[in-house]
Amino acid sequence: MTPEMMIQLGMGLPLLAMALVGLMGSRPNIREACTLVTSSILFYVTCNLATLVFSGQRPEWNLGEMIPGFEIAFRVEPLGMLFALVASGLWILTTIYAIGYMRGHHEKHQTRFFACFAIAIFAAMAAAFSANLFTLFVAYEAMTISTYPLVTHHGDLKARNGGRVYLGILLSTSVAFFMLAIAWTWSVCGTLDFREGGILGLAHAEGKISDTQLGVLLGLFAFGIGKAALMPFHRWLPAAMVAPTPVSALLHAVAVVKVGVFTVLKVSVYIFGIDLMSQTGISDWLCYVAGATILLASLVAMTKDNLKARLAYSTVSQLAYITLGAALATDVSVIGGGMHIAMHAVGKITLFFCAGAIYVAAHKTDISDMRGLGRAMPLTFGAFFIASLSIIGVPPGGGAWSKWLLALGTVESGKLALMAALMISSLLNIAYLMPIPIRGFMTPPGEKPKSFKEAPMMCVVPLCITAIGSVALFFVAEQIYEWLLPITWEG
Amino acid sequence: MIEHHLPILLIAIPLMAAPCCVLIHSRRLTQLLALLVCWLCFGISVWLMTKVMHEGAVTYNLGGWEAPYGIVYVVDYLSAFVMLFVSALAAIVLTYSPTSVQAEIPESKQYLFYATYLLCLTGLLGICITGDLFNVFVFLEISSLSTYALISLGRTRRAPLAAFQYLIMGTIGATFILIGIGLLYQMTGTLNMADMAEQLEAVRAVDGETWAGSRTMLVAFAFMTVGLSIKMAVFPLHSWLPNAYTYAPSVVTCFIAATATKVSVYVFIRVVYEIFTPTFAFNILPLDSALMAFSLIGIFVASLAAIYQTNIKRLLAYSSIAQIGYMLLGISMANTAGLTAGIVHMFNHALIKGGLFMVVGCLILRLGSAKLEDLRGAGKTMPWTSFAWVLGGLGLIGVPLTAGFVSKWLLLTAAIDSQHWWVATLMLLSSLLALVYVWRVVETLYFAEPSERAAAAKEAPPLMLVTTYLVVGASIVFGIWTEFSAGVAFETAQHLLGVTQ
Repeated sequence: MTPEMMIQLGMGLPLLAMALVGLMGSRPNIREACTLVTSSILFYVTCNLATLVFSGQRPEWNLGEMIPGFEIAFRVEPLGMLFALVASGLWILTTIYAIGYMRGHHEKHQTRFFACFAIAIFAAMAAAFSANLFTLFVAYEAMTISTYPLVTHHGDLKARNGGRVYLGILLSTSVAFFMLAIAWTWSVCGTLDFREGGILGLAHAEGKISDTQLGVLLGLFAFGIGKAALMPFHRWLPAAMVAPTPVSALLHAVAVVKVGVFTVLKVSVYIFGIDLMSQTGISDWLCYVAGATILLASLVAMTKDNLKARLAYSTVSQLAYITLGAALATDVSVIGGGMHIAMHAVGKITLFFCAGAIYVAAHKTDISDMRGLGRAMPLTFGAFFIASLSIIGVPPGGGAWSKWLLALGTVESGKLALMAALMISSLLNIAYLMPIPIRGFMTPPGEKPKSFKEAPMMCVVPLCITAIGSVALFFVAEQIYEWLLPITWEG
Repeated sequence: MIEHHLPILLIAIPLMAAPCCVLIHSRRLTQLLALLVCWLCFGISVWLMTKVMHEGAVTYNLGGWEAPYGIVYVVDYLSAFVMLFVSALAAIVLTYSPTSVQAEIPESKQYLFYATYLLCLTGLLGICITGDLFNVFVFLEISSLSTYALISLGRTRRAPLAAFQYLIMGTIGATFILIGIGLLYQMTGTLNMADMAEQLEAVRAVDGETWAGSRTMLVAFAFMTVGLSIKMAVFPLHSWLPNAYTYAPSVVTCFIAATATKVSVYVFIRVVYEIFTPTFAFNILPLDSALMAFSLIGIFVASLAAIYQTNIKRLLAYSSIAQIGYMLLGISMANTAGLTAGIVHMFNHALIKGGLFMVVGCLILRLGSAKLEDLRGAGKTMPWTSFAWVLGGLGLIGVPLTAGFVSKWLLLTAAIDSQHWWVATLMLLSSLLALVYVWRVVETLYFAEPSERAAAAKEAPPLMLVTTYLVVGASIVFGIWTEFSAGVAFETAQHLLGVTQ
C-alpha cells in the first residue's frame, strides 16, 4: 500500500461506510457491521500511515484545483496524524457504544444517524490530512453541515432550538471571520499552504503586513474557528448537547471540537509560525482570552446540575487549554496543546460514555439524582472516576502530562498569571467532577438499596476501554511528545 | 453544410415552432414539440460552446450580408456560456413541467403556454447571440412580451395584475434602452455592436482622465444603464419582480427566475464592457462605485425582506434580487477576478435558483399552497422534495462543495485583492442573512408539526423529482468541479477586459 493510497483510503473508507449504511438501512445488523468493519479497517490504515509519518515521512496527495488557484491537497504531518489516529480509533469504540445506546434507547432514524456520523468522520480525516487552509476550510464546513442532522436528531422543538444556535454560531463565525481571514492571508502571502515555520513570517519581513494587522488577523482566526469554542462564541457547544449521547461523545468531545483546536494549532504553527508569534507578541491578548475562558467555563460548569451540560462547559474550558498552548507560542506549549488533543479526547469521551450509560440504565440526567447510583453501576462510575483524573490532570491520568507541558509553557514565556489560572482551573475541575463519582459511591442510597444494574454491554465495554486508555496514555506520553516534536522544527 | 447554419437555427427553430404550437392546438402534441425544440436548442448550444472553446468565436452573417451592413450573429465565450445554461434550464424545466402545468394552467390554454414558452426562449437566446444592438432590443421585447403573457397564466386573479405591473416597468425599461440605442445610432450611424464600439472610440476623445466627449453619449449611457437595471431588477428598480415571480405559474417562475434576469445582466456586461468600455464607465463615470453601493444596499434590503416573507415563492424572489446584487458587485470591480466571479455567479445562481423554484413547484403541486404555514412538517411526507430544498439552500448560502461557494469565494478573493475591504466584509455578512431565510424554511419543513395539507400530501411525481435533482445535483457538481464554469468565465473576463486594454 503506497502512502498516497493510505490517504485516499483514510478519507474513502468513511464515505464507503456512509454509502453502505445507506444501502443497508433496512437491515440494522448488517448496517452496523458495515460501520464496524470499515471503521476497523480505517484504524488499521491510519496506524500504518502513522508509522510512516512518525518516522519522518510526509505523504502527500493532490486531488487538483477545486477553484482555479485553490487546490484540494493533502499532506500528513504529525499533528494531523495524531488527530486522525484519535478520531479513527475512537470511532470504532463509539460505534459499538452507539449501537448499545441507540438500541437500548429505541431511537428512530438510526440509518441517517450512522450515515451522518460517517460523513462527520470523513470531514475530520480530511481536515486532519489537509495540506492547505482552503482544504481545511472545506472540510471544516462539511463537518458543520453533516453534524447538524445529528444534533437535531430528535426533531422536536428543543432539537430545533439547539440546532439553530449550533448552526448559527458555527456558520456565522466561520463565514464572517474565518473565511475573511483565509482570503486575507491568501492576498498577503499568495499561498495558503501549511509550511514548517509559517508563511506569514516572510510577508511580515517584507512589510506586507504590520504587527497590528497580524494581531487582527489572528483574532479573525481565533474567533472565526468557532469550533474551538473560545468565549464569547462557545454557546453552540452546550446547545449541541440536545443530541443523542454518542454524538456528544465522539463529535462534541472529540471530532468537531478537536477539529477546531486542531485548526487553531495548525494556523499558529504552520501559517503564523511560532517564532513570528513569540517575537511580535501578537498572541499575548489571545493567551488572556484563553485563560479567561478556562476559568469562566470551569466556573459555569460548577453551576450545572445536568451532567451533559456540566461536561460541555468542562469541554469549553479544556479546549481553551489547547488554544492557550497555541497562543503561548513556545515549543513546549504547542506540543502540550497537541498532546492535550489526545489526552482530553480519550478522557472526555469516557465521561460522555458514562453519562449516556447512566441515562440508558437509570434514565437520570441530573447529578443531584445520582445519589448512590454508583453502587448499582460500579463499572460506569469507576470509569468516570478514572477519566476524571485525566481531565483534572493528576497522575495516573494522561492529562497530567499535557497540562504539565502547558504550565511549563506559561513559565517559559513569563506569564505567571496564566500559570495561576491553570492551577486554579485544575482545582475547579476537581470541584465539579469529583462530586459525581463520590456522590455515586459514598452516599448511602436514599430509600432502598439499588440492585446491580449496568447499561447494556455494548455501552459498558467501550467506556471501560477508554477509561483504561486514558491511564495508558499517561505511560506513552513520552512517545507522543517525541512524535509531535517535529512540528516545532523550522522549515 | 447544416453545421454552418446552426447559429441561425438556434433562433429560427423555436421561433417557427411557437406558431406551430398554436396551429397544432393539441395539448400533447404541442408539449412534445416544445420539448423536442428545447432539447434541440440545448444540443445546438452545447455544440456551439464546444466549437467556441476549440476554435474561438463563431460569426454568422444573416443573408450573407457582411457586417456592419447586415445583421451578424456572434457566438463568443460569453454568449455561448449564457446560451448554454439558458437552453439547458429551458429544456430541463420543460421536461419537469407537464404535471405542474396540468395542475396550474387551464387545459384550454396549455398550447398557448407552450407557444409563449418557446417564444420567450427565442427572445432570450436571440439577445445572447446577436451582434446587432437593435436586434438585442427586438429580442428583448420578444422575451419580455412572452414573459408578461406567461406570468398572466397564473391561476390566481393577482397574476394578470402582476403581469401588468411588470409590463409597465418592463416597457419603461425597454423604452429607455431603445432611446439609448437610438442616440448611439444617431452618433455612430451603425447598429453593429463591434462597429459601434470602434466608432465610439473616436467620439470618446478622452483627454487623459478628463472627459471631452459628446454629451449625447452620456445621455445614451444613462438611458441604457437605467433601462437595463430595471430589467435586471437592481435595487431600487426591483419592484416588479416579487409579484411577477410569486403569482406566475410555478413552471414559469422556474424558467424566468433561472434565465431572464441573467440574460439582462449579459446585455449589461456587453453594453458596459464592449460598447462603452470600462474606462468610460468606471474611470470617467463613477458607475463602479454607484453600482457597488446599490448592489450592497440591495443585497441587505432584499435579504432582510426575504427573511420576513410568509410565501416561499416571494421569499425566493427577494433572494433573487439580492443575488443579482452579487453578480453586479463582481461586474462593478472592473478587474478580471471580479468579472469572473460575476459571470460564474450568473451560471451558478441560475442552477441554484432554478433548482429551488423547482422544489417549490413540487411543494405547490402536492400542497396546493406556497405559504410557509402550509409547508409545515412537509419533510415527513415529502422527504425527497424537502431534502432537495436543503441541498439547494446550502448552495444559496454558499456552503463549501456547492456552486454558491465557488461564486462567493471568487467574489471574496476578488474584493480583497482589489482592496475592497468593506465590500468583502459586507458581502460575507450578507450571506449570513441567506442562512436565516433558507433555514427558516428548513425548520418549517422538518421541525414543525405537519399542517393538514402536509399530512395529507404524498411525495412529488418521479419525473419532477428526477429533474429537480438533476438541477440541484448540477449545482453541487459545479461546486466541486469548476474547471468548466470558472474556466469559461475567466476566459470571458479576460477577453472582455483584454479587448479594451
